[in-house]
Amino acid sequence: MSAVLDHHGHHADDHDHGHPHGWRRWLFATNHKDIGTMYLLFSFAMLMIGGILALGIRAELFQPGLQYVNPQLFNQLTTMHGLIMVFGAIMPAFVGFANWMIPLQIGAADMAFARMNNLSFWLMIPAALMLAGSFFMPGGAPAAGWTLYAPLTLQMGPSMDAAIFALHILGASSIMGSINIIVTILNMRAPGMTLMKMPLFCWTWLITAYLLIAVMPVLAGAITMTLTDRHFGTSFFNPAGGGDPVMYQHIFWFFGHPEVYIMILPAFGIVSAIIPAFARKPLFGYASMVYATASIAILSFIVWAHHMYTTGMPVTGQLFFMYATMLIAVPTGVKIFNWIATMWRGSMTFETPMLWSVGFLFVFTMGGFTGLILSMAPIDINLQDTYYVVAHFHYVLVAGSLYALFAGVYFWGPKWTGVMYNETRGKIHFWGSLIFFNITFFPMHFLGLAGMPRRYADYPMQFADFNAVATVGAFGFGLMQVYFFVYVVLPMMRGQGEPAPQKPWEAAEGLEWEVPSPAPWHTFETPPKLNAAATKVVG
Amino acid sequence: MNKTQSRPAKPVWQTMKNAALAFGLAAQAGLAAAAVKDLPGGPAVNQLDMHPPATAIAANIHWLHYAVMGICVVIFVGVFGVMFYSILKHRKSVGHKPANFHESVGVEIAWTVIPFIIVIAMGAMATRTVVAMKDTSNADLTIKATGYQWKWGYDYLKGEGEGISFVSTLDNTHRVMSDSGKPEAIDNYLLKVDNPLVVPVDRKIRIITTANDVIHAWMVPAFGVKQDAIPGFVRDTWFRAEKTGDFYGQCAELCGKEHAYMPIHVKVLSAPDYAKWVDAQKKALAAKADDPSKVWNLPDLVARGAKVYAANCVACHQAGGKAVGPIKALDGSAIVQDADKSKQIAILLNGAANGAMPAWKQLSDTEIAAVITYTKNQWSNQTGQIVQPADIVAARK
Repeated sequence: MSAVLDHHGHHADDHDHGHPHGWRRWLFATNHKDIGTMYLLFSFAMLMIGGILALGIRAELFQPGLQYVNPQLFNQLTTMHGLIMVFGAIMPAFVGFANWMIPLQIGAADMAFARMNNLSFWLMIPAALMLAGSFFMPGGAPAAGWTLYAPLTLQMGPSMDAAIFALHILGASSIMGSINIIVTILNMRAPGMTLMKMPLFCWTWLITAYLLIAVMPVLAGAITMTLTDRHFGTSFFNPAGGGDPVMYQHIFWFFGHPEVYIMILPAFGIVSAIIPAFARKPLFGYASMVYATASIAILSFIVWAHHMYTTGMPVTGQLFFMYATMLIAVPTGVKIFNWIATMWRGSMTFETPMLWSVGFLFVFTMGGFTGLILSMAPIDINLQDTYYVVAHFHYVLVAGSLYALFAGVYFWGPKWTGVMYNETRGKIHFWGSLIFFNITFFPMHFLGLAGMPRRYADYPMQFADFNAVATVGAFGFGLMQVYFFVYVVLPMMRGQGEPAPQKPWEAAEGLEWEVPSPAPWHTFETPPKLNAAATKVVG
Repeated sequence: MNKTQSRPAKPVWQTMKNAALAFGLAAQAGLAAAAVKDLPGGPAVNQLDMHPPATAIAANIHWLHYAVMGICVVIFVGVFGVMFYSILKHRKSVGHKPANFHESVGVEIAWTVIPFIIVIAMGAMATRTVVAMKDTSNADLTIKATGYQWKWGYDYLKGEGEGISFVSTLDNTHRVMSDSGKPEAIDNYLLKVDNPLVVPVDRKIRIITTANDVIHAWMVPAFGVKQDAIPGFVRDTWFRAEKTGDFYGQCAELCGKEHAYMPIHVKVLSAPDYAKWVDAQKKALAAKADDPSKVWNLPDLVARGAKVYAANCVACHQAGGKAVGPIKALDGSAIVQDADKSKQIAILLNGAANGAMPAWKQLSDTEIAAVITYTKNQWSNQTGQIVQPADIVAARK
């Protein structure tokens, strides 16, 4: 164990070697655990802000007619809900997990570039303030949808420029985070931790980080061209000057489609850690999981135009993107089958992390199937920009990414805080969220099939009942997340609850369970000696 | 497509619908919507499925959707049947001991190859429809649909009715009801327009889409048609309606503030009825055609301008002409009151503020002259100035 423990542990509070305390500890943070904690708290705060915007949308849609917001503000709500959830909540949450878990899982002392790590976190604060603050700028927040399609963006007020600047900063932060993750994984693994012995969470993040580096500059290009169209007289996308609004969509979705895998691949990694632990059986098909993840990442670059069937592309284009998109179902299916084969003939128990993981499998797969249905160009043309699409991407992003994040918090939270969460509360959070999620989003499939377009502040009377049901569900779902923070997260952060053992889960495997709970400030300061499977520290 | 495929099984549909309705009602304790009836050609109350198809393409899409939906449900039930069986039987609480297998190349290959074959088969089912949807050749009637913020303009370009041209706008009483927050429970709420698009039944109609300002999308679910209308570009789609009646759709691409208020209403008429309609339109057009060289007096032109304002301007500028958010005030505006009328004429012809104020050059010379004269003599702008149609003719050159 000596290699595991904090070298300074025996003279605790050694101020000479010590770290800054108080606010300096956080502002000047270079410790991966502190930075990971900040990322997680930041993303939860953004989840709450984005959630409040979503409840604004749902409140307005509770009944036909405009009761609370005017249509312009409604468009601002949908736009900012999307931007904040994607760039503020889901992406940073996974970076938080990466910061906490990757060094612990590969037996590294810290992230490779500790100061850059600090910068990539703190850059997000001004960006988030600018995004959230854009509501108070003249003309209000951007209202062109989170996809920021030209030429509608050219009609927006100054807040559009603020949003573009914020996205530039967030993109820079993501790229720095990705470089850090790649370098850490490729260079700082403990001896014996070969790539093909690495936990899948590290694998999925390694691939995700490459995706981020490949596509964030593409987004930066698209929004920079939007900026110069707005202010410097260029006409990249402005049809009045001979520009091409469809080109914007091509560039945006060349970023946007890999982006959806950026938000789901690390979730696959989390679930791949949890299911074997609670099935008490090794992960089925480890190698094929790695290859499937890589295949999904590669395919994600050649399917972007399935978001654009209704722009009127040539028939060969539609056919190519249709078939390419359907192929993604193959590696994704392999993953689902592998997880179920892992559960098969195991010895399962259903603590909260496992419940979230099984919930993820079940509900995310529904989103996967609606994705397969949408990939068929003729059906998509009927359903494009309707609530069916809204239902689809919330099934994969909420029931996919967010559920996996919750699973991970319950799974690794005891390691982070040294406190076990309350199992009953975890179950209430899970079942409440699962039920309210489906009440919110399942009726949207029907609304979409019936042709209700998305981003509508008001709608024909025939859609009223399902909208009312969805609104009730949304408020319930929102309340469950407040419950989660107050009754699960806060007690763990305050140290209230049963002390967590070093390895709270009987069959969990990996180096993170070789260090005490809570994980000391410094771990693996000298590279540990590992067993043959690279799951345990020996000597 | 044969008829059994394109029609949902009635009893199941009805039971599900009733169940959903009961659920909805329980959730909202008898909202006014309960009084709303299905809108034929538009949405039905608590509709669970796509619209009943009115074209062969829509019937194809309908059938394709059932087919892939069926495949997905079978796979879903199969896969998760296995998972739930495992969850019930392979749990620690019933004393199941864990096996230790974690690899099987044969199984991995099987569940890669079989899904591959299934998705390729699904793609093959859709391919013919994709090709058919893109075939806009040999149309009987070609109509250009132009998206404006926030209305649709229709120009009959080729075929019976060539030369007919009109703008289709949401009935303003619906817009007012929406703002009131308590719309009446009417069947075509937000779908009623002043001038529906009229087409003949059983003819191939080619719709050419474009837009004046931002991207819009022209959609009619019952026809299986949705095509973006993109400024600076022309795109096309087509349909051949197999039954007469009214069909409804809405703009499907976010186009700004009034995105939810630019519906599409297509009236499909029998061939003789359509011929009659074309005839009436042509006569009305001839009668309405204004002579741009006519010299008007002030009260007549202001009265005409009030109508043009109500039809085209009131959505943004409001009846009072006051500033609203980014919308500039007309009441008290220096440009409106300016004795140099050329500035205001230029804005109407070319638009302003990067298209936030669209160009209105599609209006007639008399209409533009009338609406400018109206704004110059309305509210506090009692300038007494008059702009004649001839001024617009000159400015257009």
